[in-house]
Amino acid sequence: MRWPGTGEPMTSLNQVVHVTLINLRTIPQRLGTSLVIVIGIAGVVGVLVSVLAMGEGFRHTLASTGRATRVIMLRAGSDAEMTSGVARDQATVLANLPGVARDATGRPLVSAELVVMVDLPRHGQSDPNNVPFRGVQPIVFAVRDEVRVVEGRPFERGLREVIVGRKAARTFAGLAVGSRIAFRDSDWTVVGTFESGGDVHESEIWADAEVALSAFRRTGFQSVTAALADPSAAGLAALKESIARDRRLSINVLREPEYYAKQASILSRLIGVLGYSVAMFMAIGATFGALNCMYSAIASRQTEIATLRAIGFGGAPVVASVMVEAIVLALLGGVAGAALAYVYCDGASLSTLNFNTFSQVAFDFRVTRGLVAQGLAGALVIGAAGGLLPAIRAARLPVTAALRTG
Amino acid sequence: MKYLPLLWAQLFRKKTRTVLTVLSVLVAFLLFGLLEAVQTAFESGADSADAKRLLTTARYSIIEPLPMSYAPRIERVPGVVGVAYADWFGAKYQNESNAFAVFAVDPARYLDMYPEFAIAPEQRAAFVKMRTGAVAGKILADRYGWKIGQKLPIASEIHSKTDGSLDWEFDLVGLFDSDDPAVRANTEVVLINVAHFDEARQVNRGKTGWYIVRIADAEQARPISADIDRMFANSPDETKTAPEKEFALGFAKQIGDIGALVTRILFAVFFTILILTGNTMAQAIRERVPELAILKTVGFSNATVAALVLGEAALLLALGAGLGMAAAVALLPSLNGATGGRFPPLFVSGVTWAWAAGVATSLALAIGLPPALRANRLRIVDALAGHR
Repeated sequence: MRWPGTGEPMTSLNQVVHVTLINLRTIPQRLGTSLVIVIGIAGVVGVLVSVLAMGEGFRHTLASTGRATRVIMLRAGSDAEMTSGVARDQATVLANLPGVARDATGRPLVSAELVVMVDLPRHGQSDPNNVPFRGVQPIVFAVRDEVRVVEGRPFERGLREVIVGRKAARTFAGLAVGSRIAFRDSDWTVVGTFESGGDVHESEIWADAEVALSAFRRTGFQSVTAALADPSAAGLAALKESIARDRRLSINVLREPEYYAKQASILSRLIGVLGYSVAMFMAIGATFGALNCMYSAIASRQTEIATLRAIGFGGAPVVASVMVEAIVLALLGGVAGAALAYVYCDGASLSTLNFNTFSQVAFDFRVTRGLVAQGLAGALVIGAAGGLLPAIRAARLPVTAALRTG
Repeated sequence: MKYLPLLWAQLFRKKTRTVLTVLSVLVAFLLFGLLEAVQTAFESGADSADAKRLLTTARYSIIEPLPMSYAPRIERVPGVVGVAYADWFGAKYQNESNAFAVFAVDPARYLDMYPEFAIAPEQRAAFVKMRTGAVAGKILADRYGWKIGQKLPIASEIHSKTDGSLDWEFDLVGLFDSDDPAVRANTEVVLINVAHFDEARQVNRGKTGWYIVRIADAEQARPISADIDRMFANSPDETKTAPEKEFALGFAKQIGDIGALVTRILFAVFFTILILTGNTMAQAIRERVPELAILKTVGFSNATVAALVLGEAALLLALGAGLGMAAAVALLPSLNGATGGRFPPLFVSGVTWAWAAGVATSLALAIGLPPALRANRLRIVDALAGHR
């Protein structure tokens, strides 16, 4: 880069500032092209932030499911509740193991559960979806103490009543409190809606396990969830040890977070790959678009740039002014895109099939600060990449030729 | 066609600009090709569905078993010409859950039901005869290096043997395959002979997962489905029967919101492309106003000049879209390798190509028409005078 010796560094900086300001002030005259960059990058950042927000929401749902202080017990060899089976007598033995925590009255904090899939349509549709229907023990509210009934009341022991997860109620039709749903032989009444910190259980329907067993003609449970008396590694090892010693039991013990992370491995990967590949391709496409726009921006400013050079301005101010213009436009687009993503996506919930469990899982988009920052950083990179080559070309423009053709 | 060199020359008048524009269109269509391939994979079951096949499952949940004794009863329903059944084995191979699907089937009934699975007659006969026999899709055999005649050790996550063990072993007696890519996605499966399986399992003996029903006339699918379900109404095991296609579509619909989201993403991508390319195109034409005027001066009609401008837009989109789709086709094999069979094979279907052509055409019109109209209206005198 040539520096015409017009003075101290301070003057060069002044040059940069002045040329950049002149440049930014003329943006309104080139509104069309400038808007194209802004809109293009807004599109890219909007999509980027929303797909990442989907991934973030899914991760959040997963991360908030289960506590490290609880374990899920499945039949040995089974990786999932769907394929597991725990007989009634086994469940009783498991509940009375010394490693299992007890409440103040001495009852073990254990919920032996069964899960069946029931068909429900989404709101406004008629196609069936596999919605998990979980039979739980009445003590479950003490075992999973994050669960709160937020509307209505808990199900009554021994009655065909269900409570519905907040996300299931939002996604699927006919789950409002007070409505009746027919599964197998009989009607169930929805008596409440529950929240459990945004975890996967909010996509489920819960009922008393004993009632569910008879209604779905099951003889045994599928899993046993228990609070650990001693949540440390030693406590877990002791529990596993006592299970291994008992010849009546052939049971696999997993800490809940570990189990639920495994349950979503395929969907996690799918959402991650989808999000990042879409974002990457769009960013590449947008960089080409930004390059194009900046090339045409300098083409329309050719005379102006050449004039500046002719009266003694250096190459650096020209490069800087073009780069700053590209980056400012890109950031404007980035802010617009992130704002769009926030307005349209944040908090919106979506539900899809979890391939591991063959059942529907619902989660919310989460547009976090970190994601907005990522989106803006993306815009910045696209702006810088799209501005650099045109800026260099502008600085290298032969002054005489540019003045003549302009 | 004779104008093609002229169009080409116009288009590449400013090389950098055109190359960049083509590249951004290319990326958009590459993304389109890839995402549509994923959608197609989800819906491939529906594409390869046979209109003369119905599926009967337990009414309340597809994972509830049905008695095997339903087969002869369904067979007697008027209009039904064949019945097969299958049960989900819940395979765990080399410690990996659901690395592939394993169905316990009655060999003859099942292979008759799916004539699109090509298998050598002697291998089929061996499968029918051998109680511990199994046949596998050729894709799976290639992936895991299986040879006909070997033992196939597969654990089950659901079905234990009478001795309580979950480890099963079958004799691989044949391979099947299909030429149709949509059907090939369905061949990633191992079929085992239900004869041995049902005898050796501890629970659910005499039960199966679902029935596949062949009917003589596809038009009768609905009444026959209703007849079957009515027959088992109010029994302990009520059924739900639907055409295979509906079943597969229902499954694809369960992907639900993600599918809708992908559509919205593509919409945003193409909208962005429309803005970017439209602006570039308009600018390119603006710069060439004097040239267009000269074309008119030497005798090109208004319509021809407009057509040339529109043709330029069309050529631009054709280049970008064609290269983008070609890139998607080229990328898919390596993507399929990367998923390691955890996902149905991805491919660009004819429908996707047609959609790509449709989208490219509409974009070309949206981008090319405004400058083409301007070129059409252009008066030579003004155009030449407007510029020095």
